[in-house]
Amino acid sequence: MYSIFSASDLSAIWLTCKLATIVTLILLLIGTPVAWWLARTRSWWKGAVGAVVALPIVLPPTVIGFYLLVVMGPNGPLGQLTQSLGIGLLPFTFAGLVVGSVIYSLPFVVQPLQNAFESIPERTLETAATLRASALDTFFSVAMPLAKPGFLTAAVLGFAHTVGEFGVVLMIGGNIPQQTRVVSVQIYDHVEAMEYGQAHWLSAAMVVFAFLVLLALYSFNRTGRRK
Amino acid sequence: MIHARFKLDYSSFALDVDLKLPARGITAVFGPSGSGKTTLLRCIAGLEKAPNGLLHVHGETWQDGDDFVPTHRRPLGCVFQEASLFPHLSVRDNLEYGLRRIAPGLRKLQPEQVVAWLGLQSLLSRKDTASLSGGEKQRVAMGRALLTSPRLLLMDEPLSALDSASKQEILPYLERLHTELEIPVLYVSHALDEVARLADHLVLLERGRVIASGALSDTLGRLDLPTAHLDDAGTVIDAVIAVHDATYHLTRLDFSGGNLWVSKIERDAGGAVRVRLLARDVSIATVMPQHSSISNVLLSRISEIQDEGLDRVTLRLVIGGEHVLLSRITRRSRDQLGLAAGMEVYAQVKSVVLIA
Repeated sequence: MYSIFSASDLSAIWLTCKLATIVTLILLLIGTPVAWWLARTRSWWKGAVGAVVALPIVLPPTVIGFYLLVVMGPNGPLGQLTQSLGIGLLPFTFAGLVVGSVIYSLPFVVQPLQNAFESIPERTLETAATLRASALDTFFSVAMPLAKPGFLTAAVLGFAHTVGEFGVVLMIGGNIPQQTRVVSVQIYDHVEAMEYGQAHWLSAAMVVFAFLVLLALYSFNRTGRRK
Repeated sequence: MIHARFKLDYSSFALDVDLKLPARGITAVFGPSGSGKTTLLRCIAGLEKAPNGLLHVHGETWQDGDDFVPTHRRPLGCVFQEASLFPHLSVRDNLEYGLRRIAPGLRKLQPEQVVAWLGLQSLLSRKDTASLSGGEKQRVAMGRALLTSPRLLLMDEPLSALDSASKQEILPYLERLHTELEIPVLYVSHALDEVARLADHLVLLERGRVIASGALSDTLGRLDLPTAHLDDAGTVIDAVIAVHDATYHLTRLDFSGGNLWVSKIERDAGGAVRVRLLARDVSIATVMPQHSSISNVLLSRISEIQDEGLDRVTLRLVIGGEHVLLSRITRRSRDQLGLAAGMEVYAQVKSVVLIA
């Protein structure tokens, strides 16, 4: 290992894993109610909310990063809130990266969950209600277990997408070792410094990681369907 | 007693009912598809909210306008057309899903009872409900609903998705529901034979409105209702097994208007049975038939005659002052025999369908 990755490489890998884990957990917490609402509502707002959630898929990361920088900056609403709470400013901190990544990866968590929830027949949920289960009870005892493959897909995609993030990080996180320098930025640095060998190892590690994650996901989904 | 008043107005469909139903026995809600049967049931279950609706069940208010008890707080059980078993739970966990959600003091039926009663022992160990047959799934769904000890059981065409073998498998259980449990049942169906077999009370719906509500045999015998003009129109008679004839392998059934001979029933004398007499199986003679192979002849009085298309008529016959028979004959026969309301005639019953 140590012959392949330098200390700063390892620190970037560790930081990336930490970021992706925290972001995935937050996204599952936020994304589940959002996806449930999107899957079940007949409200006019469904289209608008769905579109906002999907925006990060189509927007260039620099656009998301730019607006996050503005909003979290000293004159932005979020910036003023964090300052008044004594947290200080979020840009160029690990916490800022977490906020940015949550927004950036949101659709990759919400959409698989929404699909999983939508595939549960209304009748199944109504049946639970006729068996004395409240809405919350029905959610935990019927909807969540039935949406298990969706949760797995959402977690894997949310994690992997956060690991692969670059543009937003560069815009709001910069390149601070042990704080915001994640693997994708580290690779960029290696290339800038003409350290192609180092860049190769890290890049190959990313490719292998992405392949293994997707392989695991697809084979799980296949056995899940067969069952 | 159950009092239900609902008014719904969708662009494609309107429901407008004000019903008082007996709180015992099986009440069938019958009507063609699109007549609002299922919507009525969903309103009663609380799955659909009719604005300004009113629903009293056994003295409890389940809905009074916006005062709306949500489905999960209503002590009811539902069995739908498709069994809707929870695919992530085993048969046992499906059965106990509702049971676990009611207070132990309210559990009037125990799992062992229901399992024995619905013949579910061999299914209990099954993990995967997808491997159950249609009839087995529906039996598990019935058991699951019963285990919540409902005060009202709602059944929405529970047999219509099943093949006829599975239907025959389920029907005996539904009959026992009738005779052994004191839970009132609202049974939605568009199959007249199921209704005739199971129901005590009949509600007829047409285009979202109630066109009749009354005791089963009275309602089936009314010529002003569409049920009397269906191909399989007919009435039911509840009779008692009187004697068995071992020589000819026959059984005599007695009822207050006379008696009927049927193929031997393997049950003890004194037991109650229900028979169905189809209008097309009842012919008319103006004098007592002397040399006929038909052994069931009932003296009756014509109370009403109605044309049935261009070639046939349907007669309403009253036996012993209270039992009603329908008879479908040709218009020519009516004219040749000079049949008219008020006449005494002999109804010859070609076949008696034993249904319970």
